[in-house]
Amino acid sequence: MAAVEKTTKQPQNKHVSAPWNDPKAEPYIRIENVTKKFGEFVAVNNVSLNIYRGELFSLLGGSGCGKTTLLRMLAGFEVPTAGKIYIDGVDMAGIPPYDRPTNMMFQSYALFPHMTVEQNVSFGLKQDKYPDSEIKQRVAHMLEMVQLMPFAKRKPHQLSGGQRQRVALARSLVKQPKLLLLDEPLGALDKKLREATQFELMNIQDRLGITFIVVTHDQEEAMTLSTRIGVMNEGQIVQTGTPQEIYEYPQSKFVADFIGSVNLFEGQIIEDEQDHVLIRSDEAGGDIYIDHGISSAPGARAWVAIRPEKIRLTKQDLNEPHNCLSGVVKGIAYMGNLSIYLVQLDSGKQIKVTMPNQVRAAEFMIDWDDRVTITWHANSPVALLS
Amino acid sequence: MTNRLSWFIIFWLIAVFAFLYAPIISVVVYSFNASKLVTVWGGWSVKWYGALANDRQIIDAAILSLEIAAISSTLATILGTIAGYVLVRFPKFLGRTAFSGMVSAPLVMPEVITGLSMLLLFISMEQLIGWPQGRGFTTVIIAHVTFTLSYVAVVMRSRFLVLDLSLEEAAQDLGARPLKVFFVITLPIVLPAIISGWLLGFTISLDDLVISSFTNGPGTSTLPMVVFSKVRLGLDPKINALATIIIAIVAIGVIIATVHIRRLERQRQRDEQMAMRAIAAQA
Repeated sequence: MAAVEKTTKQPQNKHVSAPWNDPKAEPYIRIENVTKKFGEFVAVNNVSLNIYRGELFSLLGGSGCGKTTLLRMLAGFEVPTAGKIYIDGVDMAGIPPYDRPTNMMFQSYALFPHMTVEQNVSFGLKQDKYPDSEIKQRVAHMLEMVQLMPFAKRKPHQLSGGQRQRVALARSLVKQPKLLLLDEPLGALDKKLREATQFELMNIQDRLGITFIVVTHDQEEAMTLSTRIGVMNEGQIVQTGTPQEIYEYPQSKFVADFIGSVNLFEGQIIEDEQDHVLIRSDEAGGDIYIDHGISSAPGARAWVAIRPEKIRLTKQDLNEPHNCLSGVVKGIAYMGNLSIYLVQLDSGKQIKVTMPNQVRAAEFMIDWDDRVTITWHANSPVALLS
Repeated sequence: MTNRLSWFIIFWLIAVFAFLYAPIISVVVYSFNASKLVTVWGGWSVKWYGALANDRQIIDAAILSLEIAAISSTLATILGTIAGYVLVRFPKFLGRTAFSGMVSAPLVMPEVITGLSMLLLFISMEQLIGWPQGRGFTTVIIAHVTFTLSYVAVVMRSRFLVLDLSLEEAAQDLGARPLKVFFVITLPIVLPAIISGWLLGFTISLDDLVISSFTNGPGTSTLPMVVFSKVRLGLDPKINALATIIIAIVAIGVIIATVHIRRLERQRQRDEQMAMRAIAAQA
């Protein structure tokens, strides 16, 4: 109840307030050096993470990266081999799942097949021995919110996939947990339903002010939903940041490659100053100039990552000293709103360029086997050291 | 070509059905035989059914067998369900491999050996601790529980294997303690399997001759034992009448179950269509 009051008193705009940038802000969930081993296999490797009240935090990674294990440790289904988890200042060690202030929405939804929608949603409240009248009222309120009132007496097998998903959400929200854990919440839905549900989720989260942690392998889902994303790989969190930070400033090849699509050039740093870095890349067949320094040793190996949509494609000969390469169009994929061009550079490397179809495609005559020049702004690429 | 093939199929169909059902049909037909000699046809009659109703020995044995089957399969279902649950949900405990092997051992053990070893156990127990005193109702029940338990455990184990663990986790996550989860979530969901396990145990117990013969005492002859001893003294037409009654009960049970399952299936399809229509209406 307290969580709801707080958010109504001081409405937060999550795009303005960023508690993770405020050193004085008190994290709501603290994960400290948590490791989980299954026999010899290290599922989660020394993860530390601070999550703030009212956040919608996504754990993003491929299958087997440890994201679900981390979520299950928060819920209490797995016990960390080492490290500590605090929720609202309370150490969770030794607290079983049924005594934790968390609720989870399972990937399979895990609706009780022998109970109606109403019974499913009220199950959690009954365990806490609330008076019947309050249970009834809270369940009705919840069903109203997920628009399932007409289906209250149905059994789960009488519902469609999207309806089941909303029952699962209602069931996990009705107890107003301090922390809601969602395991691939939109995984089983088709694309259209997913998009609608994404916004519904954000809406509900905004209204109730409950802190969400979402596990997903779908980067698009993570990008639209989250206040922040933690990208996981092989049991470790490789980068944490807002969707913009993760997309625009990836800190490693893995993150750059995992989120969205990217062109990578290997090269050598030949100049690294405060305001720029110059990288010579044989793979690209030219020099790449980036308008921010990365403080590394000159001569070090580096990779340059450029997003396909940040590259400009033209048939003119530009002849700039850097950030300008030439090649031949080897393929065009017309996507309607944009087109993807596969360009084989003179160095032999193949890269991807996307261009919005601002005017009808016919007027922008770049065709197969045309010689083209590609170029980009000096602040577009990112230099990576690993 | 197709014609010849279909004749071929019809021939096999008849052959297989004849192979399966000819003995049963002949028992049913001969139960209405007026002649006292089982192998001689003496016209239609229902007199053996009347004689059966007056045969206290067979009636008592039938009641005894039903009692034994009901009690032993109930006990076996309780124990077998727990055994199946433990085997699936507890991946590690001391002696798990041995336990898992021992639970299914009676399935592969020849009945003669199970019966003999039960008999030896009861005798030596009586000598050592004075219980059970002699053999009778109790020892037959214990023996039947021992071997029907295996069947129930196998049924329940395979049911628990496909039971989504996240259902139990979700219940815990919502605040239910493990014991409550078991009774409120797990048991109701696997109830159909428990019922079929019980029925299986009941049938096997009702049918058992060998193990009962080893472990019974005076005055506790089960139905199969009475039938068997009567047949040894020459075929009694009353046995045919009894067999026909049992066949009728089984057939009616099967028909009711089939109709019921069909009705459930139709209901489910209707529900699904309703859900689909509701979605269409929302869109």
